[in-house]
Amino acid sequence: MATLELDLAEEAVSQPARKGRRLGMLFWAAIVWMIFVFAVAIFATVLPIADPAAMDMLERRAPFSAAHWLGTDGLGRDELSRLIYGARISLLVGLCAPMIGLTVGGALGLLSGYFRGRAGTFVVGAMDVLLAFPPLILVLAVIAFVGQSILNLTLILGVLGIPAFMRVARATTLTLSRREFVIAAEALGASHARILLRELLPNVILPLFAFFLLGVAVTIVVEGSLSFLGLGVPPPISSWGSMIGEGRESLDIAPRLAFMPAIAMFLTVLSFNLVGDTLRALTDPRQGAL
Amino acid sequence: MTDRALLSVEEVLVDLPTPRGNLRAVDRVNLTVGAGQTLGVVGESGCGKTMLSRAILQLLPKKAKLQGRVMFDGQDLVSLDRESLRKLRGRSLAVVFQDPMTSLNPVLTIGTQLIETLQEHLELDLAAARKRSVELLAAVGIPAPDQRLTQYPHQLSGGMRQRVAIAIALSCEPKLLIADEPTTALDVTIQAQILDLLAREQRRRHMAMILITHDLGVVAGRTDEVAVMYAGRVVERAPTPALFKKMRMPYTEALLAAIPKLDAAPHTVLPAISGRPPDPTRPIKGCSFSPRCRYAVARCHGEKPELTEAETPAHQYACFHPIEMPVAVPA
Repeated sequence: MATLELDLAEEAVSQPARKGRRLGMLFWAAIVWMIFVFAVAIFATVLPIADPAAMDMLERRAPFSAAHWLGTDGLGRDELSRLIYGARISLLVGLCAPMIGLTVGGALGLLSGYFRGRAGTFVVGAMDVLLAFPPLILVLAVIAFVGQSILNLTLILGVLGIPAFMRVARATTLTLSRREFVIAAEALGASHARILLRELLPNVILPLFAFFLLGVAVTIVVEGSLSFLGLGVPPPISSWGSMIGEGRESLDIAPRLAFMPAIAMFLTVLSFNLVGDTLRALTDPRQGAL
Repeated sequence: MTDRALLSVEEVLVDLPTPRGNLRAVDRVNLTVGAGQTLGVVGESGCGKTMLSRAILQLLPKKAKLQGRVMFDGQDLVSLDRESLRKLRGRSLAVVFQDPMTSLNPVLTIGTQLIETLQEHLELDLAAARKRSVELLAAVGIPAPDQRLTQYPHQLSGGMRQRVAIAIALSCEPKLLIADEPTTALDVTIQAQILDLLAREQRRRHMAMILITHDLGVVAGRTDEVAVMYAGRVVERAPTPALFKKMRMPYTEALLAAIPKLDAAPHTVLPAISGRPPDPTRPIKGCSFSPRCRYAVARCHGEKPELTEAETPAHQYACFHPIEMPVAVPA
């Protein structure tokens, strides 16, 4: 990773015009994998695959075959279709939760970074409180209280992501808001709203988006961990995390049942991290060169 | 001077609270600029030039305290509400900043920045705003203005960026343009081009201009009046020809002497002004230039000279021992 970033930074400085073509094979491989996962997740219902909930007790832990490409799990359910339906849940939670963080945290960070003052201090303080709370305990407590559902899981993971997004947005806004182009905009008669939306937001959105991709990766892992612990999505819906959790029981007989969802998750998380890192490396040198 | 001033700065005083105490950045400054006139404000770094320009625009840092009046076109900007002020800025009052690297938004194209300003103030539709943007870019001497609209600031050179910044400032035909060291961040070869451009556009639009600089050479041929600032105060003020013919303030003389001369022998030691400007958080009792002044006597250290008139009311200086000898105008 470190070498990749260095290469990109150098190239971005020396050959800004060719930036688009110099993203590297790994980046494009990650993009291809992401498109593939998104495609199968979106079209899961129309794909010619078995019902992920249909059990076949005679075919438990069946090996790879023409009927079950990736075999079956401990209850005789088709592993491939469970992986694909699992991707839906993992991606849904993984994308929606950081989206909450991005919008709420981004807005709070932008406002507190631009206006500062007492309200800004209050927002930062509130976020510090949220950060100081042990996240897993909070998730456990809230899930136990409001019940296990995809919506609840997404909401709580989203709220937990707000402070991090807020900090990224605020830090960027703080450095930008005293730049001359903001004063220049004010000198040209721009209102606060205009400065925030047209001058600052386009500058803040790039680092925020790069952070969002990293946030997706983290959320997929967190959702997986929660599902592994049995606190994620309620059965019979499968997510990659719950599949790993179920596969654990037959680790000695059929280790692939735990490994396949783990590999799917690993590749997806790696892809999001790679793309996020590349985008960050691309936005960094340009900001530094100003 | 014209009969009626477009801008008059009256007894403006800017205080900045700092951890080390109160900093008086601008100390009771009086200035006037008539319509179509150019005022040069000269002084070394940290003498309050930029704070004065920010005070005129009402763009001071939030903690700064401003006293006095800034009359612009019959209105006192200091007491104006935010909304009316916002309408005035850009349309009647515009500013060009020192560093074109930071005064343009790095992630928006030149076109977006120009077109949006035009749409905001002149309520033009997109096509008209676009057409006018191209005209403006052409007017400030940018080749292939059509293509430039889609470029980002980092794709342009420093001189080009400053031209774009000037185009944006000129976009709404302001009555007064404040150029805050517009050439300091640029190459010497580009400096003259930018200054000539400003002068040309000013004449064409009959707009008033305040040219802020640390270089007396810059104001020499391009201004109608010059105000020399030192430690937040105006220490000499005169019509440009009068100032260069017969400067009264030792500081002005020292500033002029510090400009390298082309006809000087190689390796001539440049007569720099020794010492540094006084610490603005610790005001000194006497003339603020006295610690560095070679003419200073006991009175200079104990008493602050007020601005007094020379031969004409337009020429004012703050010194107890003005230079009487005419000084040669630099080539």
